[in-house]
Amino acid sequence: MATLHTVNKSPFATQSLLSCLAHAKAGDTVLMIEDGVYGASAGTGLAEAVAGLGGGVTLAVLAPDLKARGIDAARLMDGVKSVDYAGFVDLAATHDRTQSWL
Amino acid sequence: MKFGIVVNEGPYTHQASDTAYNFAKAALAGGHDISRVFFYHDGVNVGTRLSIPPQDDRQIQEQWTALAKEHDLDLVICIAAAQRRGLLDENEATRQGKDANNIADGFRISGLGQLIEMGIQADRTVTFGD
Repeated sequence: MATLHTVNKSPFATQSLLSCLAHAKAGDTVLMIEDGVYGASAGTGLAEAVAGLGGGVTLAVLAPDLKARGIDAARLMDGVKSVDYAGFVDLAATHDRTQSWL
Repeated sequence: MKFGIVVNEGPYTHQASDTAYNFAKAALAGGHDISRVFFYHDGVNVGTRLSIPPQDDRQIQEQWTALAKEHDLDLVICIAAAQRRGLLDENEATRQGKDANNIADGFRISGLGQLIEMGIQADRTVTFGD
């Protein structure tokens, strides 16, 4: 049973991304949306923690939300998959369930 | 695939009702069905027809109404959350002795049973909120 997790708050504001990554299992995908996209930036104070906890899971980010915040895709952490809304729908369809970390 | 969508955050708060709308639009464009959209907590405020956003801002209620019309979507507003926040349809306004109603086209007021039913009928339920 693979789960798609969505996180919509910045890891610099709440613990939900780090908590989500600590709970996610291998085969799951963690999709960062809305302010959650800040968690996908390389070179931040939390990038190492995100990469370390995200070892067994797929990390993804919603590209329109990155663009809305002026974050260049080139500044993403290695291995983070960038998806559009159609890609978000595909992730929801290909995982068995969705858990929103609100 | 059938998607159920829950919107828990009010419009113009952060981004949840926008993300939910864009997700719904993309799902429909991808050939999926949306069995229902359930507006809960502050999300019920999306369904007022009296909101007047600036012209160059996103028209959240109108977008949902148009999408519902185009795809025959079932947009359900939670009754208990709606009554707390002053959102009434014609029936409820009469029943509660109020002098007006404000629900927008394409939305209907119903109960939590509709949320449970959506969870059973949909293949996936995706929640958007604060």
